[in-house]
Amino acid sequence: MHRVLVQEEAFNQQEEYERLRKAALNVGAVVTFCGTVRDINDDDKVSALHLEHYPGMTEKEIEKIILEASARWNVIAATVIHRIGDLHPGDEIVLAGVASEHRGDAFRACEFIMDFLKTQATFWKKESTDEGDRWLTTRQSDVEAAKSWTDND
Amino acid sequence: MAELIFFASLREDLGCDKLILELPDDTTVATLISLLGNTRGESWRQALSAENIRVAVNQELITGSVPVSNDDEIAFFPPVTGG
Repeated sequence: MHRVLVQEEAFNQQEEYERLRKAALNVGAVVTFCGTVRDINDDDKVSALHLEHYPGMTEKEIEKIILEASARWNVIAATVIHRIGDLHPGDEIVLAGVASEHRGDAFRACEFIMDFLKTQATFWKKESTDEGDRWLTTRQSDVEAAKSWTDND
Repeated sequence: MAELIFFASLREDLGCDKLILELPDDTTVATLISLLGNTRGESWRQALSAENIRVAVNQELITGSVPVSNDDEIAFFPPVTGG
């Protein structure tokens, strides 16, 4: 029971949480993560963020990440909603949620999904700052975070 | 005809989001980049063969150079920055 959405519209975290909580009666833990737009990046003031994706491929990659998480931990239901288009500081960009029998699986699966979403899923961010518009580049800390899941095996 | 798609900063650098091309027999990703360099200019060759540029064929990420044909969707893009 996985839910993967790439959309311009805002999402309702409470509704998504309820959907995960009610996924099955053996759900004992629900973890949701929400990423939001910061107004500062690399010491520059950010006024807007533009996100694009590769329709079709992006959704398939997210499905694969959820399947990989499900192979590692108990995942009864998972949700990933990623927004695209024009966003502003304070806006929600991404929601990842996992329902499991126990909290350890839900925490880890949710973090795993976010770490791989950052480094594997075909999204690109362009930010508007006082210095002009610029495409973001991959953060080494994100690469290290994703890598740590395989290093620890 | 093969469909070539370019994303994000690469699309802006090339000034092109999509190309529909008839590929010669035995084309690979590497020969396709040479072909584009010859027909569209050296800037295309440089942009597409940059070390950080990723390639997906039919929405699957590839590494190295693989054969491509006229039924394929071939995408070029910079490292991803979602989440």
